[in-house]
Amino acid sequence: MSIRLENIQKHFGRSQALTPTNLHIDNGELIGLLGPSGSGKTTLLRIIAGLESPDAEVGPRILFGERDVTRVHVRDRRIGFVFQHYALFRHMSVFDNVAFGLTVLPRRSRPSSGEIRAQVYRLLEMVQLEHLAARYPAQLSGGQQQRVSLARALALKPEVLLLDEPFGALDAKVRQDLRRWLRHLHDELGFTSVFVTHDQEEALELSDRVVVMSNGRIEQVDTPDQLYRNPANRFVFEFLGDVNHMEGEVREGVLTCGDAKLHVELPEGHQEILLRPHEVTLSTSADEIAHLPAIVTSVVPVGAEIRVELTAEWMDQPWLATVRHQEASTLGLSRGKKVYARPLSWHHYPQGTSAAAQGAAQPA
Amino acid sequence: MQRIGDARWVRYSLISAAVAFSALFLLLPLVAIFAQAFASGWSTFIANVTEHYTLAAIGLTVLVTILTIPVNLAFGVALAWLVTRFAFPGRRLLQTLIDIPFAISPVVAGLVYLMLYGRNGWIGGWLDSHDIQLMFAWPGILMVTIFVTSPFVARELIPLMQAQGSREEEAAVTLGAKGFTLFRRVTLPNIRWALLYGVILTNARAVGEFGAVSVVSGAIRGETNTLPLHVQLLYQDYNTVGAFASAALLALIALFTLAAKALLEWRVSRQEVAA
Repeated sequence: MSIRLENIQKHFGRSQALTPTNLHIDNGELIGLLGPSGSGKTTLLRIIAGLESPDAEVGPRILFGERDVTRVHVRDRRIGFVFQHYALFRHMSVFDNVAFGLTVLPRRSRPSSGEIRAQVYRLLEMVQLEHLAARYPAQLSGGQQQRVSLARALALKPEVLLLDEPFGALDAKVRQDLRRWLRHLHDELGFTSVFVTHDQEEALELSDRVVVMSNGRIEQVDTPDQLYRNPANRFVFEFLGDVNHMEGEVREGVLTCGDAKLHVELPEGHQEILLRPHEVTLSTSADEIAHLPAIVTSVVPVGAEIRVELTAEWMDQPWLATVRHQEASTLGLSRGKKVYARPLSWHHYPQGTSAAAQGAAQPA
Repeated sequence: MQRIGDARWVRYSLISAAVAFSALFLLLPLVAIFAQAFASGWSTFIANVTEHYTLAAIGLTVLVTILTIPVNLAFGVALAWLVTRFAFPGRRLLQTLIDIPFAISPVVAGLVYLMLYGRNGWIGGWLDSHDIQLMFAWPGILMVTIFVTSPFVARELIPLMQAQGSREEEAAVTLGAKGFTLFRRVTLPNIRWALLYGVILTNARAVGEFGAVSVVSGAIRGETNTLPLHVQLLYQDYNTVGAFASAALLALIALFTLAAKALLEWRVSRQEVAA
């Protein structure tokens, strides 16, 4: 079921949690709402669910398919909601938790207890927890509780599944498994899902499209690939990964900052460029494009790459560079070694605008 | 190795001070009550307790308590629900107002009720012209008892419901649960022990309340005399044994309350260990 949001705005007292927002989600999409805390992502999710109501004065509209649910109560919206800390009913067994939605149906549409039993076991089988049906939530691990809460949310066969930080409280391995499993479930059952996360890796890995938010505003909506390649503005760029900064005066096409110099095609004046760790290469000598001396302060192997931390007088914050193992050994990288950084490409966001410029440091 | 403050003499002097204090101030009076009540033997005690006016006093106390508990139960749950589940202007103020009956002396409470609902009172005058008498009758006693005990249930529930949050209720609503089903199946099971605890405290106070009740009761023997008032009346009549027999009844109720409270706390702590 597609979801359309129009003019969704929310104030809590005097503080604005959400500026007027529009968003369209296609049928069957898996959407990640990504942003730092306080960006309004959870508020937006709760408004879609109906747990929070948008400010009425701007004329909000929430459509599920063709159905206008703006004024429909949560319990009649037919959504599945997975809460951040699972919110399982602590005094009920796993079975009763999953069965809850079915047992509170109005009598005429309520299945018989035999049917409920069969349906609950089918759901528990799906989340591979049928052997724990008699346990209480407190006796389960975090990952198991999360699966129970998913099974509970899916019991009424919702067409929209909403998840609030679904994997936030779990350790890395369990998280990875559950992500894959959720993606699988989503593809198999074909519902429309929206989940909230502050973890960019999770958003990029799991979503069909990512909605990046900050300060109650949507900054960009794009596929993970597009988002990473073409961030709409500086916020998105910085939020999606590690960033190195260089800030200084541009004169005659040379950005100067202390003893660091870089040829750039930017207007005269104070400018800042940004680059990702993988856009930095290291060498033992400077060239006519870049003269960026630095000292290696740490060399950490991370999987297939080596992460090198660099400091220098001209940097506000240490730079990060990722290089291949072979390259590292050729250069003889070790702590305290003097190297020269060379940008392969860089990004520039003029201040006060969201237009992006990008440059590539081509050899002259 | 010895911890700081764990020296032998510190330990023993603290323990003996605590024991001596509890014996002198808590245990001895309790023993004295029963000793006095049974001073003239078991049969005198029975005779005193089954005396006509004493039975009437017991009856009134039980009636008032039985009526107070459901009222405060409903009020306490509604108030705790309101304060912990909704945000509205004046919520803080309301939370403070709940404590008024704790802060105020019961005698003052009794006087205020007398001023409002007495024959010459603001509301009492109107009631009187319609032939309704609240003060110096059992409804007045019930009213002040409800006032004095009104914070107990809410006070027990509010911190618990605040700590538990409303997530489970929200979850139940997304699954389609409505008003009373929601309360019965999700909220109530989570607060039942605190609720019972609040009821036990309400019960203890309702049975034993003296100050507020004495102002509005008028202490008419056989009509508006509660058990605590009866104790005082008997004592003033120089019927010491009779006074202590009734006092012993009150003390027994108090002991039962304590036992129930201890049992409950033990159960809850066991449940927490299991969880």
